[in-house]
Amino acid sequence: MKTDESRKKMKQNSNSDAKSNSADTQNAGESEILMKGDQAGSLDTLKKVMKFIGRYKILLLLSLILAAVTVVLQLYVPILFGDAIDGIVGKGKVDFGIIRYYGAQIMLLVVISSLATWMMNIINNRLTYRVVRDIRSRAIRQIQVLPLSWLDAHQTGDIVGRVIADADQLSDGLLLGFTQLFSGVVTIAVTLVFMFSKSVVITLFVLVMTPVSFLVAKFISTRSYKMFGKQTQARGRQTALIEEMIGNEKIVKAFGYGARASERFEEINQELQEYSWRAVFFSSLTNPSTRAVNSVIYAFVTLIGAMHILSGRLTVGGLSVLLSYANQYMKPFNDISSVITELQNALSCAARIFALIEAKPQSADPAQELPAAEGKVEIKDLAFSYDKKKPLIEHFKVTAEPGTKVAIVGPTGCGKTTFINLLMRFYDADGGTIDVDGHSIYDVSRHSLRRSYGMVLQDTWLKSGTVRENIAFGKPDATDEEIINAAKEAHSWGFIRRLPKGLDTVIGNDSLSQGQRQLLCITRVMLCLPPMLILDEATSSIDTRTEMQIQNAFDKLMKGRTSFVVAHRLSTIRSADIILVMKDGKIIEQGTHDGLMAKGGFYAQLYNAQFAGVQL
Amino acid sequence: MKKLAKFLKGYELWSVLAPSFKLLEALMDLFVPLVVARIIDVGIAGNQFSVIIHGFLLMILLAALGLGFSFTAQYFAARASVGFATKLRKALFDHIQSLDYQQLDTLGTSTLITRMTSDVQQVQNGLNMGLRLLLRSPFIVFGSMIMAFTINVRCAMVFVVAIPILAVVVYGIMIITIPMYRKVQAGLDQVTGATRENLTGVRVIRAFCREDDEVKAFDDKNDQLTRMNEFVGRISALMNPATYFLINAATIILIQQGAICVNIGSIGQGSVVALYNYMAQMIVELIKLASLIITINKALACADRVAAVLDIKSGQIYPGSLPAVHSTSLSENTAGTAAAAPEVQFDHVSFRYEGAGAESVSDLTFSVKKGQTVGIIGGTGAGKSTLVNLIPRFYDATSGKVSLAGRDVRDYPEDILRNRIGVVPQKAVLFEGTIRDSMKWGNENATDGEIEKALAVSQAKEVVDKKEGRLDYMVEQNGKNLSGGQKQRLTIARALVRNPEILIMDDSSSALDFATDAALRKAIRGLSADRPDDPMTVFIVSQRASSIMTADLILVMADGRIAGAGTHDELLRSNEVYQEIFYSQFPEKRPTSDNKNDSAGISGGIHGTQSGQKSVLSNGKEVLA
Repeated sequence: MKTDESRKKMKQNSNSDAKSNSADTQNAGESEILMKGDQAGSLDTLKKVMKFIGRYKILLLLSLILAAVTVVLQLYVPILFGDAIDGIVGKGKVDFGIIRYYGAQIMLLVVISSLATWMMNIINNRLTYRVVRDIRSRAIRQIQVLPLSWLDAHQTGDIVGRVIADADQLSDGLLLGFTQLFSGVVTIAVTLVFMFSKSVVITLFVLVMTPVSFLVAKFISTRSYKMFGKQTQARGRQTALIEEMIGNEKIVKAFGYGARASERFEEINQELQEYSWRAVFFSSLTNPSTRAVNSVIYAFVTLIGAMHILSGRLTVGGLSVLLSYANQYMKPFNDISSVITELQNALSCAARIFALIEAKPQSADPAQELPAAEGKVEIKDLAFSYDKKKPLIEHFKVTAEPGTKVAIVGPTGCGKTTFINLLMRFYDADGGTIDVDGHSIYDVSRHSLRRSYGMVLQDTWLKSGTVRENIAFGKPDATDEEIINAAKEAHSWGFIRRLPKGLDTVIGNDSLSQGQRQLLCITRVMLCLPPMLILDEATSSIDTRTEMQIQNAFDKLMKGRTSFVVAHRLSTIRSADIILVMKDGKIIEQGTHDGLMAKGGFYAQLYNAQFAGVQL
Repeated sequence: MKKLAKFLKGYELWSVLAPSFKLLEALMDLFVPLVVARIIDVGIAGNQFSVIIHGFLLMILLAALGLGFSFTAQYFAARASVGFATKLRKALFDHIQSLDYQQLDTLGTSTLITRMTSDVQQVQNGLNMGLRLLLRSPFIVFGSMIMAFTINVRCAMVFVVAIPILAVVVYGIMIITIPMYRKVQAGLDQVTGATRENLTGVRVIRAFCREDDEVKAFDDKNDQLTRMNEFVGRISALMNPATYFLINAATIILIQQGAICVNIGSIGQGSVVALYNYMAQMIVELIKLASLIITINKALACADRVAAVLDIKSGQIYPGSLPAVHSTSLSENTAGTAAAAPEVQFDHVSFRYEGAGAESVSDLTFSVKKGQTVGIIGGTGAGKSTLVNLIPRFYDATSGKVSLAGRDVRDYPEDILRNRIGVVPQKAVLFEGTIRDSMKWGNENATDGEIEKALAVSQAKEVVDKKEGRLDYMVEQNGKNLSGGQKQRLTIARALVRNPEILIMDDSSSALDFATDAALRKAIRGLSADRPDDPMTVFIVSQRASSIMTADLILVMADGRIAGAGTHDELLRSNEVYQEIFYSQFPEKRPTSDNKNDSAGISGGIHGTQSGQKSVLSNGKEVLA
């Protein structure tokens, strides 16, 4: 949550509109795919799915063949039972030979079909789980190469949803749904053929009666739909109240609002009860009703069948076959209708996944490496904007000599964080050049560029794992001695030592304070000792006294390194060699603290505003 | 579950009627094969058309009766389960109102919300399904067996053997796989967590060039999940074929036994058909029962969780009224003899959060006179909020005593205590409703005039003036349509509407600019000047030195202890921690030799500081020790 928020904030910092142009076009592309009833789109998605499951095609085919075998065998078994029953005519007239014969046949078919079902289940399992695995492994690789503009434009929860839930839905719904649909159709066809072979009249009767069952179900569901709507609304209001009151229970208690909250709750609770029992009741009528329709069909089949037997057109065994079919006949219809909704759902999930794994990755990486940098950064005529219609950074020009400290200040949304994004090549500039030691950053590999920067952000992201793993994040092969030295230099060793398991302590959600987390982030950079530094609002969530202590760690880190510091608190950047004052994407002032204060411009205004109204 | 049974009170009859009617419906189903048998054995074999018609009509009647019974059952089940859930939700909501802060911390509000919403819903579904089906399925399974006995004992023995074998297979597979699915879920959580981490940490991962390692770690988790899934899948894949095989094997034996019986004339052919149908009916119900058991299991787990919340009793007990013995001292106090008892007194107070290793605040001792303003300053985690949370008894001190107007806070009834104190919490939370509604949280009977006055003091008047409809302006949930600073001012006003004896502001002006913050403090002082007989005692927690500089008493907190107490001038002269905080925020006031901008309004104390630097250090250490 926290990190999501700060990511969002980061985006807002970059641009008040927060929407990037490229993301806009991508979103448009997605919604096109997701458009309901877009036949071409679904077909396209289906093709992509087929391409994706490529090497599993044989498994899918095998699954379908086994499904067909199972269905035919399982439907044929009642016929054999009917034949066996026909061997039992009456007292002293039982043909045990026939019964044994059919018994053996049934046994054989049952064994074959049981094995086929088992194999089919295993194949289906393998098919779905491996396809999901492949999708996820493709997705995680894609995430590593997607441009940050794409990732920033999508919420974390949304992307996680695609990788986890949508992938499941795709494999469950699409692959299993497909085989279910297939066996449903086969079941209906085979049943009809078998029934026709026993009695044409009865089969026709069952066919005519089928829609009645659907009509009854439809009649009930349209009635209960209205009540469900009301129930959903009332429940929504109740949940909102619960979230508001229980979510802020401490305040409710502090103001003694409990009794009134309880009154308001009870009012909605009673209303919900009224809608709810009706919705539950109406919806629970569907099953008994269709069952009743089925019973009536069953009775008619018995009646017609009995008359047929009397006229010699049917045997008792034949009747028992028809009865067992009549009992199961509705099932594939119900299955198919639920599978179809699931398939539609799965297709839209597939579209969302493909929108992720087929999104345009960042441009190819140049092979050339950035040589060990001295730290001269030269920026000329830099231009960038998220929304191409609204220019953000324009004519940006600055040169940072090796070892100097460059501070960037300005109001929210002026482009400070965007500038950092461009330095690290998280985003590519629209125009102008950024050179590090005379090499354009677009001519060297991203890894070699990023390795020359140490970065500490406001968002103190740590991976779930031990303290050691986190400190060694940029240098996985570091020895304990190196890690401890870095921790000492970054002033984090003091608290690490006191943790229950020292370096091996697993970092939980709330086990460390913000300040401690930030110190770990600094230690992480301290271990790598890159030639250049970026500190983006690194101390804004820490109190001033802790900040002063961390400041020592920062000072050590920045010593002799070209550093870029974005800060909200102006008191932290007074010692910079150059202060860039940004407003609306442009550098409007540039100089040292004293110089800018003397000038009495925008910087002096900002600085004084922080302390306005302080009277002693 | 037993503990929740009391919420069925008033629905007992319905809870009995629902399954009873369901059994009647099942009975109708059980009769059908018998009717079919009669049609075959009597109607067809004896060529009696009337028997066939009679049987047919009977089947239609059974269908109609079954429909009627089942509708009745569904009605009672729906009324009983929804009524039960409604009562349970209300009881849970009210119970949560009685929990104390300590318990709210331990449970977590998001857990409580889940208990109230989805858990109760699951219990309702489970009860509804249970009332309808829990008896029906076993009834049909055993009913089929009993019906078989009425037809022929020898054939019925096949049922007697088949049922336990089937039950063992079905429930055996379930028992093996259910815990495995829990592991699979844990594996899926791992994969989800890894995906999320790759997204939230994308900048750091790229900055440190760790993309490949992250992919590798993800692949490991992903493969492990797949292996687990396939393993569990292989076992549960046995369920269908195994039951199918068993039931058909049983049916073959049944037909053979039936054939023998028919041959000796003890039953007719139709009876064999009936037995065959009973066997088919039984397997359907057995499978239904298996899935029902899963649903009910889930519901029971939810019910346990709900019951666990209901079991928690608040550790804080409030007396019904103030003990009478002390009432004289209270009246003395209100009469204005402020010297009699301090308004707020901490006597060696320590507090440790439940489950925490160390104390959050230790050995706090100070006293505050009525009408004083107290500033509390210190770093994050220094114990500032904990200190003020002890005053309104949000938490009970682990040791030591907190007193208000000379009496232990634990002697006050809850409403008297709450009404005496206005709290502005750290997080500015406003509730959905008009601004007027929000203000009335502080005092239900507040007039518009009183509200306007509170708004003026809290510097929120200009906020309200800009809103359409002023006091009638709708505040969205969590105050989404207001900025941070606007929310803070309104929450301050909300506490002031109460006209409290003690006002506590817990870092609640952080989003205000310095000028507004100063105006706010001035207005609050003015409020007390308006009522000299009964001045308001104010606690201000802040990270900003400027917010507390003018307080009558400043408490400097560090590591849960009071590292210094006094006025600004005293502390600046003698307290190291306070100096550090102050100069970190006002670096130009630092008395260094090359500071040329020293003229900026700081009182004479600074020069004193410079000269007294040495003594300060020793003094500071003493305070810290």
